[in-house]
Amino acid sequence: MSIAEETDPVSRSRDTAAIRRWLRGYALLSPALVVMIAMLALPVAALVLLSFWTQNGFELDRTPTLANYASLVTPSAEPTIWFGIPFYLSYPVPAILMIKSIIMSLTATVAVILLAYPMAYFLAFRVTRNKAMWIILITIPFWTSYLLRVFAWKIVLGFNGAINSGLKAIGIIDKPLEFLLYNPGAVTLTLAHSWVAFAILPIYVSLEKIDRSLLEAASDLGDSRLRRFLRVTLPLSAPGTIAAALLVFIPTVGDYVTPTLVGGPGGTMIGNLVQDLFLKQNNAPLGAAVAIVMMLIIALVVAIFLWAIGYGRIRARRQ
Amino acid sequence: MAKRIDLLWIYAILFIMFLYGPVLLMPVFALNDGTFATFPLKGFTLKNFSAMAANTSMILAFQNSLRIAVSVAVLSTALGIPAALALSRFRLPGGAGVQSFMMLPLVIPSIVIAVALLVILLKILGIQLSLWTVASGHVLICLPFCMSVLMSRLEGFDPALEEASGDLGCTPWQTFWRLTFPLALPGVISSLLMGFIISFDEFVISFFLSGTETTLPVYLFSQLRFPNKLPGVLALGSLILVGSTVLVIAAEVIRKRGAASSNPGDL
Repeated sequence: MSIAEETDPVSRSRDTAAIRRWLRGYALLSPALVVMIAMLALPVAALVLLSFWTQNGFELDRTPTLANYASLVTPSAEPTIWFGIPFYLSYPVPAILMIKSIIMSLTATVAVILLAYPMAYFLAFRVTRNKAMWIILITIPFWTSYLLRVFAWKIVLGFNGAINSGLKAIGIIDKPLEFLLYNPGAVTLTLAHSWVAFAILPIYVSLEKIDRSLLEAASDLGDSRLRRFLRVTLPLSAPGTIAAALLVFIPTVGDYVTPTLVGGPGGTMIGNLVQDLFLKQNNAPLGAAVAIVMMLIIALVVAIFLWAIGYGRIRARRQ
Repeated sequence: MAKRIDLLWIYAILFIMFLYGPVLLMPVFALNDGTFATFPLKGFTLKNFSAMAANTSMILAFQNSLRIAVSVAVLSTALGIPAALALSRFRLPGGAGVQSFMMLPLVIPSIVIAVALLVILLKILGIQLSLWTVASGHVLICLPFCMSVLMSRLEGFDPALEEASGDLGCTPWQTFWRLTFPLALPGVISSLLMGFIISFDEFVISFFLSGTETTLPVYLFSQLRFPNKLPGVLALGSLILVGSTVLVIAAEVIRKRGAASSNPGDL
């Protein structure tokens, strides 16, 4: 802003009007903002603070220390073998569970995208009548109890569950299949099922926004349906697909309900360890450190993922 | 061409079956006259449902959940309306940043939110866990949902209407109650319903932050460990599923109807 403008009375009154508008806007925003700061920013800050303290029995030692973080990476000469991978750590559980959770979440995310994309495509390009009904049909499962949707899989896969008893009743198997429940595979399947409805909407929105004349142009210029899909539809729906992948991956890494109900001893994830440290082992500071490291690693994985697919380029093209 | 359409339709139908299949088994087995959730079905019974009436601890948990969900829905909608107005009507400096901050609970794993709240309540402030602490945690996770529902409704009608109302001499307060609120009503109702459903079904935060009194999902979770409680769990689960399905459909229908019309008060 130049000096001439500053002294111009019209522009100054416009400035004060703008500032008054901003103040009114922030005044309207403030109740929600205060709640969010008090209940999200401050608690997370407290969690960070706690992770630098130590638990001595029932006493909380408030001298700042990095001991909790150090214990997560303290090396040991004796390796713990997990799936053939040696972990040279004296407390290898968090590292192993973290890697396992990331792998399970990534698998579930890939499955979710593969399942959700054709459905979103169907909604955007095939459904012409009753579109609202289809969308409601897709969204209902997401809003009904997460706990119950996970528990439903326990009924399906259990030792005395629907699949086993059903197969036994028709005479295909003599004794129940034990490999169905209580393993990482069951957790991944349940996670994919629970989150797939959530992933359809962002993909659908980005497909719906595609200008149909672009597709016609591609066809007119001689692209086959497959080439047209790969060169026009897929790149243009990338932002929604990426958003869907992140919306599924980020919360599932720390999921607690699914591994608890269908995971069994072999299917535990990092969220179970956080719960255990807080509520059972009475070591909240270490639990806080694990939770924070988990969030940092999730952020890191997301950053690597966005960099690898060239998200900056995709965004630049959209604008 | 015709074959391709068929393939996608077949996929869509299979997908819906996959989505609903496991959950629909719950009412099937709840109405089945057997102690295990197994095939073949033995016979039709309503005894699992009638037994619920005598279960006082479950009814107590249900009442707690109802009280929490109603207050959370009202509170997060009341906080959401002015915030949604501010973000959709005022071009605020830093508005985008504030909005991303408000949406954070959507992407933070709920276990992190739960333990963070647990830490500040127990270790720092020394507040006893109760239904109040559960409700406050629920407001936090409902707020982003309520705000996005309200914002999409507010962006759906012409801000010029509000300017006209101001030009015709209404105070901002009058404009809000005579014009904005009636126009936003479908969004407000669906925000209330969303808040109610999310809070009513929420488990992880309730599990960490509830004291001696429990909510319905926490009660349900405590019953899952006992195989002999299975028929009761199935009956309760079926009722919760039916209830939340009805509410979701109501919320969506009201929101969609509202989006098609910009007449004040038209649902």
